[in-house]
This record gives sequence, structure tokens and C-alpha cells, in this order.
Amino acid sequence: MRVDVEALSVEVAGARLVRDLELRVGDGEFAGVVGPNGSGKSTLLRCVYRALRPTHGRVLLDGDDLHALDAREGARRLAALPQESGSEFDFTVAEIVAMGRLPHQRAAARTTREDREVCASALERVGAAHLADRGFLTLSGGEKQRVLIARALAQQPRVLVLDEPTNHLDIGQQLDVLGLVRESGLTVLAALHDLNLAATHCDVLHVVAGGRLVASGPPGEVLTPGLLADVFGVRAHRVPHPETGTPQLLFDRLPR
Amino acid sequence: MQPTTAPSRRLPLPPLVTGLGLALLVSLLCCVALGSSGIGWGDVLRYLRAGLTGGEISADETSAYTIVWELRFPRALLAAVVGAGLSAVGVATQALVRNALADPFVLGISSGAAVGANAVLLFGALGSLGVWALSGAAFASALAAMVLVYAAARTRHGLTPLRLVLTGTAMYYGFSAITALMVFGADRGEAARSAMMWLLGSLGGASWQSVPLAAAAVAAGLGYLFRSARGLNVLAMGDETSSALGVDPERRRRVLFVVVAAVTGAVVAVSGAIGFVGLMVPHAARMLVGADHRRVLAVAPLMGAVLLVWVDVISRLLLAPVELPVGVITSVIGVPCFVVLMRRRGYVFGGA
Repeated sequence: MRVDVEALSVEVAGARLVRDLELRVGDGEFAGVVGPNGSGKSTLLRCVYRALRPTHGRVLLDGDDLHALDAREGARRLAALPQESGSEFDFTVAEIVAMGRLPHQRAAARTTREDREVCASALERVGAAHLADRGFLTLSGGEKQRVLIARALAQQPRVLVLDEPTNHLDIGQQLDVLGLVRESGLTVLAALHDLNLAATHCDVLHVVAGGRLVASGPPGEVLTPGLLADVFGVRAHRVPHPETGTPQLLFDRLPR
Repeated sequence: MQPTTAPSRRLPLPPLVTGLGLALLVSLLCCVALGSSGIGWGDVLRYLRAGLTGGEISADETSAYTIVWELRFPRALLAAVVGAGLSAVGVATQALVRNALADPFVLGISSGAAVGANAVLLFGALGSLGVWALSGAAFASALAAMVLVYAAARTRHGLTPLRLVLTGTAMYYGFSAITALMVFGADRGEAARSAMMWLLGSLGGASWQSVPLAAAAVAAGLGYLFRSARGLNVLAMGDETSSALGVDPERRRRVLFVVVAAVTGAVVAVSGAIGFVGLMVPHAARMLVGADHRRVLAVAPLMGAVLLVWVDVISRLLLAPVELPVGVITSVIGVPCFVVLMRRRGYVFGGA
């Protein structure tokens, strides 16, 4: 499923967080959004997973205006892992994943066999079936992200939006999480902080700064030392990954 | 705490609900039969049957029948209704403000109700409404308090849980100050005593008139909560997650707030401010069946009903013929039970 962000602007309390932003994510594409803190990445993503209504502009899913769709219909097409750390309520893993079925269920209806099967296979796909009866709050950071990915998969969406899914994870867990997302085969839009991870996993990178889109394209074309100096204020050296040839970056402070 | 304790705390629902239902029936019977006037079990059952089926009793039993059918039975039913209602709104409030330590009273609604109730008790306001004056005034001022809290907590971005709790707490102190001022200024000793009784919670005013409205409000509230139980699960996970799952957190919270306020108002209007039930029962229910609101809402109201029926028995018998405030007993029983339960079970709270 294709995602088109058209002329998106978000104004909150007089401050323009995102201005006139256009980007598109092709069907099945893994698109990364990178940019410094406060650049508007999260605001952009929040408009896409409907936590925020844009002041101007639209988000289209295969041509349908997302914010004009029924909320449940929207959630059947697009799932998200927001930057929320979860609640203090002690849900089990199975209960968390079952929440992903909500957009498919009527208010008072019982949980169907299909619901249970979808949840079980979602847990299976992220390799967390053995965690089903555990309390979510007792899991490690990496396990939590796996479970939240399972919940997103249980929504049976076509698009997956992730806001910094690798935060606070060790490197093994980071690679695991992005690998799982890649294997899902969904259209992905993910905000990422680690530029090297972004370069290895994304088909396309969108660079956001000051609420505007400043560059888009394959990681190799976008992540140039010039752009990194402009956007992040760092000096970057590019070296090819010895096995895959993907560009990897080494950073220094810019000389003053 | 050990991560391995998690799975053990999910009890199967059908036997639990059946057991609690039976316990409630037995508790109601005990509540009707136990009392200081020495009416035997056999007579109590006979009077109940007579009351329920319209049977006959002899003339010399009239006073005993009146005690059972006009005083104790509606009082027992009201205790059950109030217990169920406070527990249900406790569950809802905790999901609403996303904090398992919240109590329906943190929203300032009960202390608002107290202002109206005390105006009636102390100054005889709304005298023209007769027996409805007290509960009518309590309910009306609960709704007024709700509007105030809502208006003060609301921003352009809607109601946020934290603002709701902070505003509710501030309003609680404001309303309590007004109540204290009224009690202080009242020169009638007995009126001040009944005002105090009301503030601590009492079922002493129960009659057949007070049961139906409270029962209808609690039933309607429970019906709504059951229907939206999955939504409550999602809401408890946070606003961003709710939005991503197709539940508008703003709208859901607004409706929930009105439902909680209305049920709290209706319950508090007939029983006064009985604290602790709405905080403790949802917790205890979660320890038994986990956090899923569909399960919690099936169990918590029954537990609350059983609890309050027994609390009422104790309040009548412990220092008979003096009646203790129900709210004092809920705290005395609740606190140690709660601490023991929380320490024994692997209850994870806030991940710690």
C-alpha cells in the first residue's frame, strides 16, 4: 500500500512544527525518516498514525484521505509503534497482542477463533510465542518491542509506522527489531536516530530539518558529508561496509 | 519482583463469577438476618418470602416484618448496589486517568456532592423536595462539580489524565473547605453529626425509595463499561497507542468522564462518601484475574458488592446500638488486606 503525504503542515500553539512537507512511500518500501531532535519527525509520524490532525495537507493511503476514513478502518490499514513506553497496568503479552484485533471487532463481540489464530501467528512471527503468558511489564526492552510488533501485525495492516523503534535497545536487539520489520513485508515508515542502521535497513531515506523535508533518496545518495554538516552539524566520513558496500558513517565534531 | 509470577494470577472466570454471585446472595441474606433486634433466621426467610411474593403475615409480626422488609432488606440491597457501583467506577477512573492508584474520588466529584448534601442536612435547603432533597441535592452538586472540574481541566488539546487528577484534587480541597465551613457554622449539634456521618459514608438512610435510582444508574454505567471494555484496555496503554488502534482517546475520555461522574453522583447521593472501595476492589480484582478490563469488570462489581454488604453488617453490629460510619470500616478492613495481597502476589506495579 502506497503512502502519500501531501503539503503537510502542523501548527501547535502558534509554532509551526511541520511545514509544507511532501513525501511518498512506495508499496512495500522501507522508508526511513532521519533528522535532528525537534526537527518534526515525530510530528510527521503522529499525523500518519492519526494521533495528530494536520493543520493543512493530507495523508493518503493508496489515494484515500486517511483522516477522512473511519478510525477503525484506518487502523485496519495502518498500524503503529508509537514512542510510548506502555502503561502501568499489568497486561500479559497475549492481552497486549489481542488489542491489535480491536479495529476488527465489534464493541460487545466475543473474541473469535480467527482473532486468536491471528494473534498466535503474530507472536510466532516475531519469535515471542513463549512469552504469551508473561506480564508485559516484566519483559526486557527488546522483548517489549517484539511484542508491540506482534500487536501491530495482529492488526493485519498494510502499512507500519514506527517512531524510533530501536531506542534504548542494545545493538543485537536493534538489529533484531529492524530485521523483523523488514521481514514483515509491509510498507514501512520509520523514524530512526542511528544513521548507520538507517543506511543499512532503509530503501529510501527522508531527511527532515526544521519541519521541512530537505532531502530524499536512497541512503547512499542522501547521506553525504555536506548534508550531514548542514543538518546535524557534524563532520562525517563515509566508508563502505566491507561486505555489503552500504555506506557507513564515522563522525567528528565540526571544527569551529 | 520475580518475572515468573505472572501467569499464576489468572483465575478462570466462570467459576469465579459463579462463586462471587453465590457469595453475594448468602451475604445479602446474612445482612438481612443479622441485627440487634433478635429476629430468628426462620422468621427472616418467611418475611422475605412474604415481601417478595406478596404473602401474608399475622398482625403481631408487623414490627418485625417492617424491620426486615422495610429497613434491612433495602439497606442490604443498597449496600450491594453501592459496592458494585463504586468498584465499577473505580475501574473506569483508573483507566481514565491511566493510574492504578486512582480513586473515583480524586476527580473531586464526591466532595462536590458533599456540598449539596450538607446544604440540605445543615440548612434544610430544598425542603420542598421532601425525602428526595438529600439525594437530589447531592446528585445535582456532583454534576455541578463534574462540570467545574471538566471546564477547568480542559485545554485546547482536550482532557489529559494528569490535568484531570490535579484539577480534581484541587477541587476536592475547595469543596471540602466549603463543607467544613458549613459544618463549622452550623449551630445544630445533631445536624453537624449527621453531616459528619454523611462525609464518612453511611447506609443508614436506605429505604425502598433510594434503591431503584442508584441501581439503575449503576446498571447503566456497568452496561456502558462492559461494551467499551476493550477500549478501556487500549486507553490504558496511552493516547498514541489508542489513536493507532482506531480509538479516539479524547472522545473516549470525555464520555467515560461523564459516565463516571454520573454513576459516582448517583451512588454518593444515597450513601455518602464511602472511600477506599473504588481504589481497593479494582486492585484486588486485577490480582485475581489480571488487567484485561473485560475480566476485571466481570469480577470487581461482585467483589465490591460482597465487601460492602459485610462492611455494613459490621458497622451495625460492632458497637451496637451505635452505628459506625461505613467509610471508617472500609479503610480499617481495606488497608491491611490490600497490603497483604500486594506483598504476597507478584503484583507488578509500574514495572517495579
